[in-house]
Amino acid sequence: MKDFAIKTVDLYRFYKKGKRIIEALKGVNIEVEKGELFGLLGPNGAGKTTLIKILTTILLPSKGKAFVLGNDVEKNTLKIRERINMVSGGEWSGYGILTVRENLWMFSQFYGIPSRVAKRRIEEYLEIFGLKEDGNTKVSKLSTGMRQKMNIIRGIISDPEVLFLDEPTLGLDVQIARTVRSFIKSWMRERPGRTILLTTHYLHEAEELCDRIAIINNGMIVALDTPKGLKKRMKNKIFYSVEVRTDSYDRLKEDIPFIYNVSINPLPDGKFELKFQIDNEEKISDLFLILKNRNILVSSFRKREPTLEDVFFEIVGEKDEEVHS
Amino acid sequence: MKKYIVRNLRAIWGRAYPRVIAANREYSWLVADVVLPLLSVLSYGLLYKFLGAGIDFLGFAILGGAMSAFWVNVLWSMASQLYWERMGGNLSLYIIAPISLMSILFGMSLGGMLSTALRASATIFIGSIVFEIPFKTGNPVQLFLIFFLTLSSLYGLGMLLSSLYLIWGREAWHLSEFLQEPVYLATGMYFPIKFLGPVGFFSSLIPLTLGLDGLRQLLFKKGEIFGFLSVNMEILILVVLTIVYLFLAHFYLKKMERLARKEGKLTIRWE
Repeated sequence: MKDFAIKTVDLYRFYKKGKRIIEALKGVNIEVEKGELFGLLGPNGAGKTTLIKILTTILLPSKGKAFVLGNDVEKNTLKIRERINMVSGGEWSGYGILTVRENLWMFSQFYGIPSRVAKRRIEEYLEIFGLKEDGNTKVSKLSTGMRQKMNIIRGIISDPEVLFLDEPTLGLDVQIARTVRSFIKSWMRERPGRTILLTTHYLHEAEELCDRIAIINNGMIVALDTPKGLKKRMKNKIFYSVEVRTDSYDRLKEDIPFIYNVSINPLPDGKFELKFQIDNEEKISDLFLILKNRNILVSSFRKREPTLEDVFFEIVGEKDEEVHS
Repeated sequence: MKKYIVRNLRAIWGRAYPRVIAANREYSWLVADVVLPLLSVLSYGLLYKFLGAGIDFLGFAILGGAMSAFWVNVLWSMASQLYWERMGGNLSLYIIAPISLMSILFGMSLGGMLSTALRASATIFIGSIVFEIPFKTGNPVQLFLIFFLTLSSLYGLGMLLSSLYLIWGREAWHLSEFLQEPVYLATGMYFPIKFLGPVGFFSSLIPLTLGLDGLRQLLFKKGEIFGFLSVNMEILILVVLTIVYLFLAHFYLKKMERLARKEGKLTIRWE
């Protein structure tokens, strides 16, 4: 058997919620190679976090098997825990009365790292993340962004072979999210053989970082390929992008029933970008007529290449408000 | 195996650190943990003085006031701690760390013991000076054993409650409130437990009862007269309580972890 970093075989997970049984995972099969940055995309409640919790030994599978670095998550928990770590978006781990340095040192002790080594690594990572000046600040005084940088350092301080990142840039501002993404890339580059499993709501993040992406919906893997491969699936479909200026785009989607997979993104200067698909190109003139009748000014119109967002909406079927391009 | 033991020892110190070092950084603890308990001790002291009960009774009350700090620490910083760790998101990180969860609880206990010992010592020191309490020099081996075993069994009970609170959930919170004041009566925090007669045997399940009684016998002249059981018997019972509570704590912690992994109840927020 090939030595995968992560492998699941027909993995199921059920929860009991009152009298109801919730099927969070329904026969998930994935194989993640060592050294791969593997993305898991899906709408809210798709099963992403449940899968991460099983792989990090926090939850047991209800049925099926899961292996991390060749170890069964049910039987060899200690062997797995020694070689992994996890960071979640918006996590509030640690203790507010400790400083950033102390907090990181404390978590390093749970991995048996000698203090001298831990302190060296802490200084190194604080420098990289621009937190050196705030190293002696109490954790309770940190901003969300600084706190998440500290969480990421916590996750890598044990130098894990497999790192699970569960929406690591959730709620961060653009600049900090960019720092985090750039760090993830360099961490992988400098440590060949290390593996990351990343879940994210941000499609551009998945596209930028991941070698391969699995799209999970309703507990099932519905697509798995490289970002390029996923986009290739849409090569026969035509996508359009219209830049418009309007005060309100209320009911715009409803007023133009022949366009689908619609997303509306705000742009600077009160403009909006309307992305959509049309099956029949003859309908484009109707589209312009509707926009004109609504006093919406069109500043540009173009045919465009499919994006990961298009793939996601096509596969998942509906726009998830939490998924952002 | 050696690596695993060393890792767990580091984890114990790591988890003890916030309580030993960080908690003492702000001096507000002097008011909350020393001055305020001294006020309760003072009220008992004045009552005993007014009744002419003798200086040793004042000493009993001071010792009780100091030891009550450990009980408060066990109830609010041990028993309910894992519940708070869960709510704060640390519990998942503890579970995925390659250590035994017992090390986390040992770390909390060690930290709680050391920082509370500082507070308890301050209470005894200030109380003894204010009331001019005379101490006798009892058998130092017995003194060490009874103090050490009282804290071991008391924090063993705290570790057990910690696991149980987590399994019982939010409602267990009320148990702490329920246990705080009645235990002051049941354990003879401010008077010799002998006065409660056979009730003392039931109270002995809380290690403070025998611990306090033993310490009073060893530290005060009249201690032996008001002693509940012989000091050696109390040491023996405390050994048994330590073993039983630590065993049960380990058992329920394992059970809690199994439940957490099997049912997802402890790590899935909406559960």
